[in-house]
Amino acid sequence: MNLTGTAAVAAQVGLVTAGAPWLAGLMRQVRARLEGRAGPGIGQPWRDLRKQLRKQPVTATGTGPAFRTAPLVLVATALVVTALVPLASTRTPVSGHADLIVVVALLALGTVALALAGLDTGTAFGGMGASREMTVAALVEPTLLMSVFALSIPAGSTNLADIVSGAVHDPGRLATPTGLLAAVALLAVTVAETGRLPVDNPSTHLELTMIHEAMVLEYSGPDLALIELGAQLRLTVLLGLLAALFTPWGITTGTGWAALALALVLLAAKVALLGSVLAAAEVFLAKIRLFRVPELLAGASELAIARAGFAAGLGWAVTVALVLVLVAFAALTGRSARMLLGPPPEPATPVRFGASVWLPLLAGLLACAALGITTAPLADLLAAAASIGGH
Amino acid sequence: MSAIAPALAAASALAAAGTAAGLVLPERARPAAVGACTAGVGAAGLAAGVAALGGQRWSASLPDLLPLAGVHLAVDALSGLFIAVSGGVIVAAAVYGIGYTRHGLAGRGVQAILPLFAWTLVLVPAGASVSTFLLLWELRAASSLLLVVAEHRRRASVREAGVWYAVMTHLGLVALLAALALFAARAGGETFAALRAGAGGLSPAVRGTVFVLALLAFGSKAGAVPLHAWLPRAHPEAPSNVSALMSTAMVNLGAYGVIRTGFDLLGGGPRWWGLLTVALGAVTAVYGIVQAAVATDLKRLLAYSTSENLGLVLVGVGAALLFDAGGNEELAALALAAALLHVVNHAAFKALLFCAAGSVLHATGTRDVDGLGGLRPRMPVTTALFAVGALGAIALPPGNGFVSEWLLLQALIHGLAVPGVTTAVMLPVAIAAIALSAGLAAAAFVKALGVGFFARPRSAAAMRAGESPRTMLAGMGLCAAACAGLALLPGALADGLGRAVGATGTDSRRIIIGGELNLQLSGLTGRLAPLWIAVALAAAGPPCCWCCARSPARRAAARPRSGTAVPERPPRAWSTPPPPSPNPCSASSTTSSPPNRTSTSRPCVNPPTWSSGSATSAKCPTGSSTASTPRSCDRSPAPDGRPGASPTAACTAISGTASPPWSCCSSPWR
Repeated sequence: MNLTGTAAVAAQVGLVTAGAPWLAGLMRQVRARLEGRAGPGIGQPWRDLRKQLRKQPVTATGTGPAFRTAPLVLVATALVVTALVPLASTRTPVSGHADLIVVVALLALGTVALALAGLDTGTAFGGMGASREMTVAALVEPTLLMSVFALSIPAGSTNLADIVSGAVHDPGRLATPTGLLAAVALLAVTVAETGRLPVDNPSTHLELTMIHEAMVLEYSGPDLALIELGAQLRLTVLLGLLAALFTPWGITTGTGWAALALALVLLAAKVALLGSVLAAAEVFLAKIRLFRVPELLAGASELAIARAGFAAGLGWAVTVALVLVLVAFAALTGRSARMLLGPPPEPATPVRFGASVWLPLLAGLLACAALGITTAPLADLLAAAASIGGH
Repeated sequence: MSAIAPALAAASALAAAGTAAGLVLPERARPAAVGACTAGVGAAGLAAGVAALGGQRWSASLPDLLPLAGVHLAVDALSGLFIAVSGGVIVAAAVYGIGYTRHGLAGRGVQAILPLFAWTLVLVPAGASVSTFLLLWELRAASSLLLVVAEHRRRASVREAGVWYAVMTHLGLVALLAALALFAARAGGETFAALRAGAGGLSPAVRGTVFVLALLAFGSKAGAVPLHAWLPRAHPEAPSNVSALMSTAMVNLGAYGVIRTGFDLLGGGPRWWGLLTVALGAVTAVYGIVQAAVATDLKRLLAYSTSENLGLVLVGVGAALLFDAGGNEELAALALAAALLHVVNHAAFKALLFCAAGSVLHATGTRDVDGLGGLRPRMPVTTALFAVGALGAIALPPGNGFVSEWLLLQALIHGLAVPGVTTAVMLPVAIAAIALSAGLAAAAFVKALGVGFFARPRSAAAMRAGESPRTMLAGMGLCAAACAGLALLPGALADGLGRAVGATGTDSRRIIIGGELNLQLSGLTGRLAPLWIAVALAAAGPPCCWCCARSPARRAAARPRSGTAVPERPPRAWSTPPPPSPNPCSASSTTSSPPNRTSTSRPCVNPPTWSSGSATSAKCPTGSSTASTPRSCDRSPAPDGRPGASPTAACTAISGTASPPWSCCSSPWR
């Protein structure tokens, strides 16, 4: 029982809880600015929460304990996960219990509670949202567990503290193709799990296109505040997890107070940066049709499997699999061509094409072109890939 | 002095008494007497099993009992585990059955066979020679077949299920007969001791043939694809107390057979045995749960889920065979312990789920999930118990299924330490299969609980449902208590599991350390404290409650939470009267998009009722109803007034009395 460890858990729970609405505000603000709007400022989610907490609670008739307790379960699971994940320090009183499988399962428990609440309302949209959410969740869980598998092989354990401290002491373990694939898989899962584009549109107002929002249509007042806080907490803690697993620098493995303070500052910076990048990416994405979501998530699973295959020295098997992925991609392209080509269905209002739109677009294209011409910064990575694939 | 012998003797005596009571007593007294005797058989079995798990051993030879061969019985820790699981499930199912069989199932035949079936379930793991084992196995098959067809006069589907079950179970018996006969012939003796001694001298071809045949036979009993065809037919059609027994104690015997033959009698084998078993288990797990996710029959869903869980057990057993062949006995012991723990956990939650499904059937007369709904206010205890079982089945904390799946995943993840390309290929695929089945199980049971029990009734039968009698609730309560105990204190089983694994001949040096309320893997880094997770979850909730309770509105007036209309403050969405537009219902939506292509995303399952414009506006609440009124889907004409052309799906709040609630949407699940 070290004092710093206890302080680290308390500090990271406090920081994530307080920071989650700010992160949501930051992401909305980034989107607003990129879309050419002024935006409400990053404090808006906190103001929303305060307002909703003051409102009178209204509960739909005919609903039962599942509906009432779902917001609590959602927030409770998110808080427990926040306490477990080594965001600031790997030496905490709970680090022995910080099992990655437990973290995945607790997040899934929150999803299940919310889906049951959606069904409990008995509305068509609640049921539809629950069914869609469970479809997505059924694919998220395997992808997450495959990432767990990929990450825990080098550490020899599924304990998060072991994985993170192993990566801190041996950063080379991250710069492998396998580590990269696991990171991409985890990112795709983060997007799906937290209901962001292109899986779900968090700011949609059309019930028919909702996934997450359709389940919580009947919530209002303090319950809605808890649900929004829960969703923000999940997003923050998943981004924090991503940062801890793939950029573990700064996370303290000792017991110093200065290191802990630095770790907390770095945590805030990393999560804010990741959130901004995610929000900026969302500007350029449309929500994909629900039936396409499995393809996105299956893609993430495939990455994780390919990673495991390479680790086992099975280059040829992965090659065959990847050729099949290529065929699937060709089919997907053929389909999406129909979306892009041909006359528009009706006279649509033209979109204003300002600097805030074309600048990021141009930057992205330039980055793609640069990577297409030279792979200098990735040469080591590719060499590592070749050496693993060839042995 | 061993406690096993008197316990098994008591079980036999009680089974005989139960059968006699079923034959002799008048119909009125029959269910209670038979139920009490059957519960006694179960309790005696539980006592014997627990004694065996505590380290006692017992064997007996009755050379005069069966002509030419004699009867050989032996109980070690592995048998003890399966006997204890059977015994525990039998107690719960027998208590449940007193209330369940009172109406319509109190006939002489069914009541007399039930104790016999329970007795064979307890005794099969104790069989210690080929002829004894096969005799008990066939007795079990025959008695269960008679119980499956108990209601054959009422439904044609029961007859069909009976034929499927009879054919499949006897195909399995033929394979088993061939396997054990070949084994006994080559090993030079038919007691298990002789088989063990002679197994080393067999040629690899014979050993392989014996294993494959035994895997087919026991796999078909465990519901492994492609020999599972009987399971989703027979389990739903049997009476629910019998389904609970069949889906737990009986299918467990399939897993027992594979473990007993593969590890104990044959003493492990080459790598392809493990690969074959893992592949069989992985395919079964995924196929079973996919079928469960799309099933609309509640008991059929549970039957397919049984197939999935036994698939997971087979993955564990196969991984143990694989690690054993690779020379890593510690990991083999861990995988086997995970499989055995999953057997125990699955028995607890699946017995509970089948009993709860039986209660629903008892109360409504239907098993169709889409025709249920609204059972929570009408059957609150059954709903809560089903929820406990479902929490175990979806393998999430704090359910009991999570503990064993965690152990299984740990075994597989650490299994990459075993060298070899086949291991490296098989383990990621197995983990992916387990993960996919866990995700789909969550979807399947959210459907079963959310659509089957929550929301509003979608049929008149569901509307008239009432809570089950006390004996049925007591039987389910026993199962729920077992689930809770297994979920929160799995460490208490660690020693027994260690002994059971040790009885297979695998070297188990205390692979799992129980105690201090957590499970710890020795030699590997891995720790799980289910109780602490549950405590943390429970502790994290109240601060949120407190936070909400402090909100000014609640402090001002302690209003009832469930929403009656609040006159002075109408909810925000309808605070102003809807504008007199042609389609006032869509005024709540902030979008003004052109009509959608609703054909691709209809909210209704049934063809929706088309309402005229005036009727639609009449349905829209202006203040008398609140946003708290449950919504029901409706379609209103397009804003441009073209009737029927490109309609907009809108959601209107209608009052619950305007139309039967099930008239519009048959099921919210899409």
